[in-house]
Amino acid sequence: MKGRLPPIGQLGPFIALVIACTAFGLTTDRFFSGENFSLILQQVTVVGVIAIGQTLIVLTAGIDLSCGMIMALGSIVMTKLAADYGLPAPLAILAGVGVTATFGLLNGLLVTRIKLPPFIVTLGTFNIAFAITQLYSGAQTVTEVPPMMNWLGGTFALGGTNITYGTVLMIVLYLVVWFGLRETGAGRHVYAVGNNPEATRLVGIPPERVLLGVYVLAGVFYGIASLLSVARTGVGDPNAGQTENLDAITAVVLGGTSLFGGRGLILGSLVGAIVVGVLRNGLTLMGVSSVYQVLVTGILVIVAVTVDQMSRKGAR
Amino acid sequence: MNKLTLAAAITTAALSGWAPAHAAEPVIGLVTKTETNPFFVKMKEGASAEAKAKGAKLLSGAGKADGDNAGQVAAMENMIAAGAKTILITPNDSKAIIPAIKKAQDKGVMVIALDSPTDPASATDALFATDNYQAGVLIGQYAKAAMAGKTVKIATLDLLPGHPVGAQRHNGFLQGFGLKSFDAKINELAKPAEVVCMADSFGDRAKGQTAMENCLQKNPDINLVYTINEPAAAGAYNALQKAGKEKGVMIVSVDGGCDGIKDVEAGKIAATSQQYPLKMASMGVAAGIEYAATGKKVSGYTDTGVMLISAKPVAGVDSKDTKVGAELCWGKK
Repeated sequence: MKGRLPPIGQLGPFIALVIACTAFGLTTDRFFSGENFSLILQQVTVVGVIAIGQTLIVLTAGIDLSCGMIMALGSIVMTKLAADYGLPAPLAILAGVGVTATFGLLNGLLVTRIKLPPFIVTLGTFNIAFAITQLYSGAQTVTEVPPMMNWLGGTFALGGTNITYGTVLMIVLYLVVWFGLRETGAGRHVYAVGNNPEATRLVGIPPERVLLGVYVLAGVFYGIASLLSVARTGVGDPNAGQTENLDAITAVVLGGTSLFGGRGLILGSLVGAIVVGVLRNGLTLMGVSSVYQVLVTGILVIVAVTVDQMSRKGAR
Repeated sequence: MNKLTLAAAITTAALSGWAPAHAAEPVIGLVTKTETNPFFVKMKEGASAEAKAKGAKLLSGAGKADGDNAGQVAAMENMIAAGAKTILITPNDSKAIIPAIKKAQDKGVMVIALDSPTDPASATDALFATDNYQAGVLIGQYAKAAMAGKTVKIATLDLLPGHPVGAQRHNGFLQGFGLKSFDAKINELAKPAEVVCMADSFGDRAKGQTAMENCLQKNPDINLVYTINEPAAAGAYNALQKAGKEKGVMIVSVDGGCDGIKDVEAGKIAATSQQYPLKMASMGVAAGIEYAATGKKVSGYTDTGVMLISAKPVAGVDSKDTKVGAELCWGKK
């Protein structure tokens, strides 16, 4: 069995991150500080956690366009249930995650039972989740958020730097998923289904069940991202999530996960998300227009996919 | 691509619900920039209330996101097909929308721009809008008077690159503050030395918060923040609060939405320039009914007014308190 990832694909995102940090460190004196790095991490928590679900789906050779909208719906559901119906925060949060997991299940069922391409399924659910979010919220921001939902936005001091609990949660989730993918049978099945679903069927693993599990699990991660989004902004925002699908796919691709499925490293997606955050932060510190952030991100995406494509050819 | 698909889907879904209009009932189409911005939601409410009261039929549609021209063109075409004789539109792209407007006018449809002009403004029959430059000037004058004697370090949380409304408010604010700025016609953001950080908020709360956080990293001594609208201001306040700086920094904004006025009352926003989307919409509907009845078109620019709202008035600058602001927020009356 060939390796899950060639060395260059694994190192690529880290190299990009180091280059970006060095460049910003040399041009602005405010870049290298614990506080600034903590800030960048806070800013990428929502996209970062969405990218976990996205990575799992991409590993199975799928794609999820609906993730950001499902996240927005989850945050509206949890805040509205608490604000309008006085539901205790833990129950409201659970209900929100329940809704996002249900959307994941819907995606999964359409992909596995009706055999629709994930791109089309999630394009449909992207629109559906958006419309439900707008209808349910009346396009109004929910501002009466119980304090418990903001807890993840709170901070603790580590060596003089304030770090949010949300940042820690994101990193813990990445480590758990990394461990699960690497060390458990279920994790290896995810890679196997992405590599060759027919072969997995022949060795007795039903690919449909693996896929369904992956989509539901991704929905759960979007629900956690909903809570992180509420904690970060302090409100339930019906306009959130509109660009998060492409942002998450960008993080996954920058992280070196192959869009053809079966190859990739979950931690790469975290680095990919951080690279985008570093560019946004560093270019603002330099006083450069945000258009250049978009430009650089675009170039990096092309480079990352090229590296994947070339290493794929090399492996044959 | 998904943006366009979504816009088309929304438009189709919205339009398919309507039965053909009765011959006697004038049909008026309203095309807003997005379905989601509360400003346009309010505008739609105003238009449908006015239409209902006066026995007209209102069709509404929107682009998917700020900047989506194709979605607006499709919405216009569908409305004309549904029998609309008047189209009210808040153009997402001041130039790209013009050919579609021309086509509509050739079919005898009256087109009125609401909120933002086309470029040139003469492409529509009439314009009912806020003077966005003046909206900026008012909060600039307020900030100048309130910060008198202090050295200012300004952060501007702007809209998005190249948007004329973003440039007008930004430059108006700097003009009102007495800094070096451009006039209302220039679609470029002025950057005098007092502005230490400029970042795009896309008029969005979460992106506004991120922009403010990064600006504070660049210059922790920022003491005055201009924001393109109140969601961006709320995001900026959140960032300042997290940095423990909300007390020493003044935020000024534009819109005067009901949520924004609450933030003015709570002291999060020092002052905001209030505008009246509901008035724009109801004036537009009234003009459409008039046109259907008499064939008389409206023309030229009508300023729907802008008023400074603040909880703490400063000497030499006219402002109304938040009570007035809450009564009028987005043209309730």
